[in-house]
Amino acid sequence: MAEPMGFYTDTTVCIGCKACEVACKEWNQLPATHGGENTLSGDSYDNTRRLDGIHWRHVKFIEQFSEDRSQGRWLMMSDVCKHCVRAGCLEVCPTGAIIRTEFDTVVIQSDVCNGCRACIAACPFGVIEVNPVSNTAQKCTLCYDRLQVGLEPACSKACPTDSIQFGPISELRERAQRRAQQLHGQGETRAYLYGADENMLGGLNSFYLLVDKPEVYGLPSNPQLPTRHLVWSSVFSAVGAAVLGLFGLLGLRKRRMDALAAQGEAKGPA
Amino acid sequence: MSDTFFTKAPHWEWLIILYFFIGGIAGGSYFLAALLDLWDEPEDRPVARLGYYVAFVGIVLSGLLLTVDLNRPERFWHMLIMSEHGWPMFKYWSPMSVGSWAVLVFCAFAFLSALSALEEEGRVRWPLLGTLRRGVPGVLLAVLGGLCGFFVAGYTGVLLSVTNRPIWADTNLLGVLFLLSGASTAAAALILLGRWRGVGAAAVQWLSWLDSRALVLELVVLIALVVSLGSVARVWLNAWGILLVIGVVLTGILLPLTLHARPHWLGNLSVPAGAALVLIGGFLLRVVVVLSAQGV
Repeated sequence: MAEPMGFYTDTTVCIGCKACEVACKEWNQLPATHGGENTLSGDSYDNTRRLDGIHWRHVKFIEQFSEDRSQGRWLMMSDVCKHCVRAGCLEVCPTGAIIRTEFDTVVIQSDVCNGCRACIAACPFGVIEVNPVSNTAQKCTLCYDRLQVGLEPACSKACPTDSIQFGPISELRERAQRRAQQLHGQGETRAYLYGADENMLGGLNSFYLLVDKPEVYGLPSNPQLPTRHLVWSSVFSAVGAAVLGLFGLLGLRKRRMDALAAQGEAKGPA
Repeated sequence: MSDTFFTKAPHWEWLIILYFFIGGIAGGSYFLAALLDLWDEPEDRPVARLGYYVAFVGIVLSGLLLTVDLNRPERFWHMLIMSEHGWPMFKYWSPMSVGSWAVLVFCAFAFLSALSALEEEGRVRWPLLGTLRRGVPGVLLAVLGGLCGFFVAGYTGVLLSVTNRPIWADTNLLGVLFLLSGASTAAAALILLGRWRGVGAAAVQWLSWLDSRALVLELVVLIALVVSLGSVARVWLNAWGILLVIGVVLTGILLPLTLHARPHWLGNLSVPAGAALVLIGGFLLRVVVVLSAQGV
């Protein structure tokens, strides 16, 4: 197997140009939102609002300004599927449509998916949605088709500031660590890596350098696999079934005893 | 704040709510019928047969509802057979994978039992079916089918919990809640339908007795579930919570329990009225659980 490949996104150099969104849409031939109608989101410069079936890259704009607007900063982050090493979507998919590729990325095979939407409910990051054109669940494929011919993904290719970097995960992690240390040295002590180690779902193959709490970026602080509930939910259900079965038999036994007692009374004392 | 709020809703709505309700009744009915089958009292035969008919009709309807709900219904079989290789598709850790097989297998059980019931009534002439009601085959069919039915009634709650959605993935008690509700709504359905099928009073009495026990268990589990949600329970501090309290607890559990304890209030109508209220409450439970999470 080829070594794990993925994204390291340094959000501190993102300029919010959305070249990644455009490149992704062009390469994957995704339809325009609302048929191309120009609508304002009312949410800063955010034009896509969310990741979904026709938006596989979503640039978030978080404005942090003081009351008098004298202090402020913009946080910009290109959100994408995290290609988790332990992927909730892959776990629950009943058709086997979701697979792990030789690049350790997570891909939904659109010709297998039947639109049951279990993956949508399972993804801890809210990445997946149904594409209304194919009527199947779709998300970032990390340009699997491009990787297979030795090209890099469209978004990282288009990114003008190298905010989105593509490469082997081991190399990217080293680079990210050095960058975080550099920022700490420059006084930006809030900088940290999100998903760059095995603690988060075995590691995210699309991890981030952030400068605020994950919730500020709309990211969960401690995402979990959906199957964490499988064992205890099943145990409780089994116990409930056993208890009910017992009650059922008790009821039938009680009825038989009552009937025999009534018969005994009807016959009178022996 | 629970991390479940960062996820997307799967748009499982009315078709799935109906499936949960009907599937629960189907599974529960088979379980009740199988219990009566194994207990083997002649006066229970009409109810047992009715239970098998309800189970079969219910599981067929369930299969249709599930298929229509898919975004690509013509690919429903992809959950059972690998579309690219033709091998069976089965992931024991995925409730949806196990569930799709369970629905199929349970359908087979329900079909056999319903067919056997028709033969018992003389509507079908195939004496071989009689062997399914006696001896080892009879016991095997009842036990395995009953377990399968209970699985179908309860796995849907487990499926909801094996996600990352608010409410659903914030508790481990949805599976047992749905199972208990499935059993109680099945008993209620058999009580009501039994009136038209000439079911004996002793059988109805047992169903009513068991239903009341299931309702008490259901209430206990529901309270435990709300407690287990912790701060996430605030998702229900709105109309959904009101519907839960009034529609599910009051109408669907407490009122039927009261009617069971005080049958003279409505006389002859106490039992069927109680059953109808249980069905309404069971349906509303699924409405609240599914749609309240959908909206977050």
